[in-house]
Amino acid sequence: MPDTQALVNDFLNKLKKRKIEGSQATAKQTAELLRSVISQTRVPYTNQAAALIQSVKAVGERLIAANPVELAVGNVVRRVLHIIREEDLSLTAAAMAGVNLSAVSDDEDDADGDNQPVLSAAAIAAASRSTLRPPSLQTLLEDVPDFAAVPHTSSSGGDSEGKSKSADKSSRSRKLKHDVIEAVNELIQDISTCHEQIAEQAVEHIHQNEVILTLGSSRTVLEFLCAAKEKKRSFRVFVAEGAPRYQGHLLAKELVMRGLPTTLITDSAVFAMISRVNMVIVGAHAVMANGGVIAPVGLNMVALAAQKHAVPFVVLAGIHKLCPLYPHHPEVLLNELRSPSELLDFGEFSDCLDFGSGIGAPLLHVVNPTFDYVPPKLVSLFITDTGGHNPSYMYRLIADYYSADDLVLQRRATSGN
Amino acid sequence: MDPRRTARTVSDPKVRQVGFFTPAAPPDRSASDLPRQQDPIQPKSPSSTQVNDHSTSGDSLSPVMIPPPHHHSDTVPRTALQVTSPKTAVSCSSRTVTVPTKNDGVPSSFSPGRKIVTVKSPSSYPGVKASTVPASELTTVSMVNLPSGISEKAGGASVEVQNDRPVSSKTLKEKTYKAERRALQEAQRAAKAAAKAEGTKASTAASKVMTSANTKPSKAAKTSSQKNDSSQVAASEKKIGERAPEKDRKKDAPHPRMQYDDTSRVEKAKKRAVVKQTEVRNRVELFRHLPQYEHGTQLPDLETKFFELDPMHPAVYEVGLQYLSGDIRGGNARCIAMFQAFKEAIKDYSTPPEKTLIRDLTARISSYVSFLIECRPLSVSMGNAIKFLKNRIAKLPLALSEPEAKATLTSDIDRFINEKIIIAEKVIVKHAVTKIRDGDVLLTYGASSAVEMILLHAHELGKQFRVVVVDSRPKLEGQLLLRRLVRKGLSCTYTHVNAVSCIMQEVTRAFLGASSVLSNGTVYSRVGTACVAMVAHAFRVPVLVCCEAYKFHERVQLDSICFNELGNPDAISRVHGREDISDLDGLVNRENLQLLNLVYDATPSDYVSMIITDYGMIPPTSVPVIVREYRTPVVLVSDSS
Repeated sequence: MPDTQALVNDFLNKLKKRKIEGSQATAKQTAELLRSVISQTRVPYTNQAAALIQSVKAVGERLIAANPVELAVGNVVRRVLHIIREEDLSLTAAAMAGVNLSAVSDDEDDADGDNQPVLSAAAIAAASRSTLRPPSLQTLLEDVPDFAAVPHTSSSGGDSEGKSKSADKSSRSRKLKHDVIEAVNELIQDISTCHEQIAEQAVEHIHQNEVILTLGSSRTVLEFLCAAKEKKRSFRVFVAEGAPRYQGHLLAKELVMRGLPTTLITDSAVFAMISRVNMVIVGAHAVMANGGVIAPVGLNMVALAAQKHAVPFVVLAGIHKLCPLYPHHPEVLLNELRSPSELLDFGEFSDCLDFGSGIGAPLLHVVNPTFDYVPPKLVSLFITDTGGHNPSYMYRLIADYYSADDLVLQRRATSGN
Repeated sequence: MDPRRTARTVSDPKVRQVGFFTPAAPPDRSASDLPRQQDPIQPKSPSSTQVNDHSTSGDSLSPVMIPPPHHHSDTVPRTALQVTSPKTAVSCSSRTVTVPTKNDGVPSSFSPGRKIVTVKSPSSYPGVKASTVPASELTTVSMVNLPSGISEKAGGASVEVQNDRPVSSKTLKEKTYKAERRALQEAQRAAKAAAKAEGTKASTAASKVMTSANTKPSKAAKTSSQKNDSSQVAASEKKIGERAPEKDRKKDAPHPRMQYDDTSRVEKAKKRAVVKQTEVRNRVELFRHLPQYEHGTQLPDLETKFFELDPMHPAVYEVGLQYLSGDIRGGNARCIAMFQAFKEAIKDYSTPPEKTLIRDLTARISSYVSFLIECRPLSVSMGNAIKFLKNRIAKLPLALSEPEAKATLTSDIDRFINEKIIIAEKVIVKHAVTKIRDGDVLLTYGASSAVEMILLHAHELGKQFRVVVVDSRPKLEGQLLLRRLVRKGLSCTYTHVNAVSCIMQEVTRAFLGASSVLSNGTVYSRVGTACVAMVAHAFRVPVLVCCEAYKFHERVQLDSICFNELGNPDAISRVHGREDISDLDGLVNRENLQLLNLVYDATPSDYVSMIITDYGMIPPTSVPVIVREYRTPVVLVSDSS
């Protein structure tokens, strides 16, 4: 336990100091951390899932609080919680099936096992419905009572099992943890391979002689473009440098090294150049539930320009960037102001920054935000590792990857900040 | 040419709704010289002529037409050999009306709305000088038109073109002037007869003129024109020599600019060039039509050449170097610097023997201008200013002695600077300040001198507001503005262009400067202005563009690519003050990498709520009207000299 604590604290520090760059790295590290947390959590015999959920939540809340703007942390925490719930459910289902079988076989031995299988069978049915079926209006209406009952039955199933087969207990508890860790490993795998999966779709979107504009740097975009290049598509890329970090220079360098004709432009020239561009392809920081995008600063401008010239605005986003939150006042609440020194040299402006006279309020403010919010209406297409999606479809993807219970966590976490 | 004209006339009624000023000169006959001399003599009340002008310019308004026969009854008899087409006659009337706008702009006179009209009152135009000149001019005109009669096929055709054009474009006007035309044709016929008698010697010279005049448009289309001003010069020279009205009309369409992907032209231009320029290795494919030269190499080269450049005046040379090094920037500053240098040059100028001042000085100025172009492409404002100056030179009365002519020109230049730039800015400030209220958050982009003056003036008036200065690489002009504003005690927020959509929520007005406003309402300005205007538009923030009227131009442009200026590409790869960003250090010469440093961009007129100019506050749709209004006075002022 203490070593996980140390790990958590270490990671918290990194998050607070913004030392981790990029949502992919953050997501991966978060998942790895949570994996070790899970593996270190001592699970009681009863209600193991709840215990796991609790410990993950406790860590997750702290992580989210450390950097509320890095939505990937929250996303991964929620994904892990979802995984635990799912694994628990499927395990219960399997166990119930086993219990059912055993109930049939040895109902003589078990006196009170009579009503239990019936009950849990219904619960399993409800649970499987709720997990396997998409949350349509009908299922929502049907499931409300059952859904709440699921954790209960699962624990009672555990109880019954515990009662009936004590030898099974340890193996089962190990099994849940094992399954969860397996699933988290899969998640980590997914996160680290999302680039390739997105890049695979490149040829479907980039044709010969296309002119593509991008802003700043994103590894996803780089691999996407390179994948198309490897497939012998020849096209031209305009890279806007992406002030104040000027990562566009980096991207341009990478592209040039790989032999793509690249033109580096200033951000202010985006509007001038966009009329000659066939497609805008950018990365995202996070994708919100309404299909809006939290993206590196400047992209809202690009998106507006693209809309003006009817140029498709394509956002590449790994599925770990999918955030089940709805953006409320995202320009402020989901933004982060960086150091003014990136824009103004303190030395040069020190004479202006000195204000002995007047009302005392500084005359000079420097605003250097990190993110932009691009509303869903400006986005033409999302390309995720599961394929292309419309902005209006995002809520549905979210329902696939997150369970509704975990929204509470986020709300608490965000309100805590 | 003609479609353009019709477009203008279409915009006419709109203008009138806006309550814009009354005297609408027909757009295209600005430059005709001949009739100018006659009109001052015509007795007419300004108001009546104004009405006429409107009717002539707006085809659609037939009922308004008031045929102005009395003008012509005046004019035609006066000049025995009246060869001018009715068009020119019209132009004279219109011109007289507009003359006074130019009249030494008393600052007070520039106030919004009708002011112009009031200014006009001092229009009592001196017809004194005019009377002296016409004799010589008339003869030249007759010479030009004679050949048209002689070389029956070519010349006759040209005459027809000359006469037909007005018919097609302005049928209504034509009707009204039918009488005059008939008279004119008579006159022409008479002229032909006379010419026949005169014989061949005139025909050779004149036919040359004619062919040049006729082929001009096709040549322009085919070879995409040679260096802008050189052709302009040629035209103006011709004009000086021959005073042919049809040439002026042709000149109305803006010259096609030098296209740098035309190798033969570029070669030619290079031979003439003073500044040694080497092509950038990785030219941006999309901008082949623009000059893309190696930056940083010209300056030392030029400096070494200082003593070899004989014909270049040192003042001009100095300004050129300043352009090259970027010490002088901003449309107004560059324009003023150029004019000051020209003034010096004119002061030191003396006509070489066996040359006329008008021709030689024009050529001299043209060579200066092409030198300046080599240092940095002209801004639109400078182009307009040069056009003005050349016009003035061309219109110098021949009788004027050299010192007198020089004095006139220098005073003209001073007046231009004073009226069109300094006072215009003051007027703009006066207008714009009314749009600033307490509690406003004003956004500006880059560093526009007009906007700066507005902000400072509003601050002086005690208005409580905050300024958001948006800036962008590579010039970071906003920092200079920011520094000046903060020094004056304005509360400022500084950010970069990418963050504009974050900051736009709190902004209540966006004040933008402009390098030029084109006649389709497009605002041609520092690159990034379009982005800012677009975001402001998206956030429903009014966009006010501040631009002096002398920067308006009749060209049209839809995107920022067809015409632009390319800055030093190296400025892109190196980020000022951020030495840590050096990703592109070793790559600049890679074949695949192109660095594009656009200097200007074109803001579509839909993003512009209002243009604040010295003629008042106008919607972008009214720009062509200003252009039209504005052009005539330039010619007219020339009369006043």
